[in-house]
Amino acid sequence: MSIRETVNNPHSRWMDGTGPESDIVISSRVRVARNLAHLPFPHLLSREKAEEVIHAVQTAIENRVFREKVGKMELTRMNELTPVERQILVEKHLISPDLLEDFERKAVVLRDDEVLSVMVNEEDHLRLQCLLPGLQLNRAWELVSRLDDGLEATLDYAFDEKLGYLTACPTNVGTGLRASVMLHLPGLVMVNQIKGVLGTITKLGLTVRGLYGEGTEAKGNLFQVSNQVTLGQAEEDIIANLISVTRQLLGQERAAREALYRERREQLEDRVGRAYGLLKHARVMTSEEAMSLFSDLRLGIDMGIIKNIPAPLIIELMVLTRPAFLVKVTGKDLSPVERDIYRAQLIRKKLSAAQQS
Amino acid sequence: MECERCHQRPATVHLTEIINNEKRTMRLCEQCARELQAQAMGFFPQINLHNFLAGLLHNEFGFPTTGPTVAPAGARCEACGLTEAQFARQGLLGCGECYRYFGPRLEPVFRRIHGNTCHTGKVPERTGGKVRVINRIERLKAQLREAISREEFERAAELRDAIRELEKQLQEG
Repeated sequence: MSIRETVNNPHSRWMDGTGPESDIVISSRVRVARNLAHLPFPHLLSREKAEEVIHAVQTAIENRVFREKVGKMELTRMNELTPVERQILVEKHLISPDLLEDFERKAVVLRDDEVLSVMVNEEDHLRLQCLLPGLQLNRAWELVSRLDDGLEATLDYAFDEKLGYLTACPTNVGTGLRASVMLHLPGLVMVNQIKGVLGTITKLGLTVRGLYGEGTEAKGNLFQVSNQVTLGQAEEDIIANLISVTRQLLGQERAAREALYRERREQLEDRVGRAYGLLKHARVMTSEEAMSLFSDLRLGIDMGIIKNIPAPLIIELMVLTRPAFLVKVTGKDLSPVERDIYRAQLIRKKLSAAQQS
Repeated sequence: MECERCHQRPATVHLTEIINNEKRTMRLCEQCARELQAQAMGFFPQINLHNFLAGLLHNEFGFPTTGPTVAPAGARCEACGLTEAQFARQGLLGCGECYRYFGPRLEPVFRRIHGNTCHTGKVPERTGGKVRVINRIERLKAQLREAISREEFERAAELRDAIRELEKQLQEG
């Protein structure tokens, strides 16, 4: 799949709902930060030197050993993409919003299946990422580590014997690893336990954030849990800790859902039914409203209240109805009001198609 | 006057925010004011990590946290030219060498962020050759101690030879 196909297709493998525990764990992501030795970090990098980094990465991915180890990956400079296409890569979680700033000096490397990507000249020279559906953190780390080895075959990393991989921000030094899971936790939100649960998590060296990373709100009851510490723990230990906390959360979310079904069944079915009704019939819908209704509908699907809609469709709709995708789908710039109208139209179309099939 | 945020509806609310002793007033319509306040009251505080970290470093490096910042001479990375004051302001280091130049002063920062100052994870295969050997020796030494405590002397002798061999490799560079 070329980068054009990537930005034209709203679907990514991480959305396909096939991974383990995929009723609650939407996706698993592992990223590592790497820098090249003997070059300033990106925020102090001149235009020419930034170009040097991009060139070095291009050479590294064309290397035979790399191809054998990782597969074919394609480098695209951010300035080769339109603003909408760049935004779509963010909405698909393939790059971070930071890669859009000062994009002339930045690039993205993608593998065909969109499972592996590398951001070039973001906060660090290289940010390697693996994104998989469901709870598959070990597999994600395995793939990232292989990609890392493949790049290191030709690139000299900034590495210190005592401190490990050196990064622009001291919060990433050591392993440079950030592992995260995206969780759908409507049950815990409904039974009013989410604050307590998430508060406990932060005491275990983990952080909780919203859907699109740092500083964003938790929309649609989606929470991203990730490790905070990167120095002094081996990668495998960091990941094992996150997996065990995630399993705890899964247990609590399932218990909350069961309690809701047992004790407030009518209210639950009402809520799911209302969400379904609104999504099927509304003519104007803001993205916030859509996100919260998607969450209710998805819960209904997971609990067997709604039977004719496949669960992965909801995740796809969450991406497809984001602003940049709407512009892509309609092929024109849209005002906020027009966006809300097209969003509602698209949701109606997708839901009725799913019902008929 | 139109709302400063949406530029569509008339501004009817004056919203005043005080951040870091700086007062800012915005003229907003009712809807935008409500949205902004809802954001501010949101479950997740909208903190920029780098600013937050910079504040932490400011204290660590002994710069005043309030009032105008006068950059003291301080240390400077000879490789990229980043000064301590710049680092304390941005929260970002300039290059890999900065870790060497600012080394001892960064340790308390690491300890505070990570609770630790020593990497124990992955080592790059090609560029980290020496560290890999050192780590291997450490692991073998631990196994050696265990073998001796179990009185498995044959195994201990094997381990001792393996350690010597690796140490020789290390010395030959």
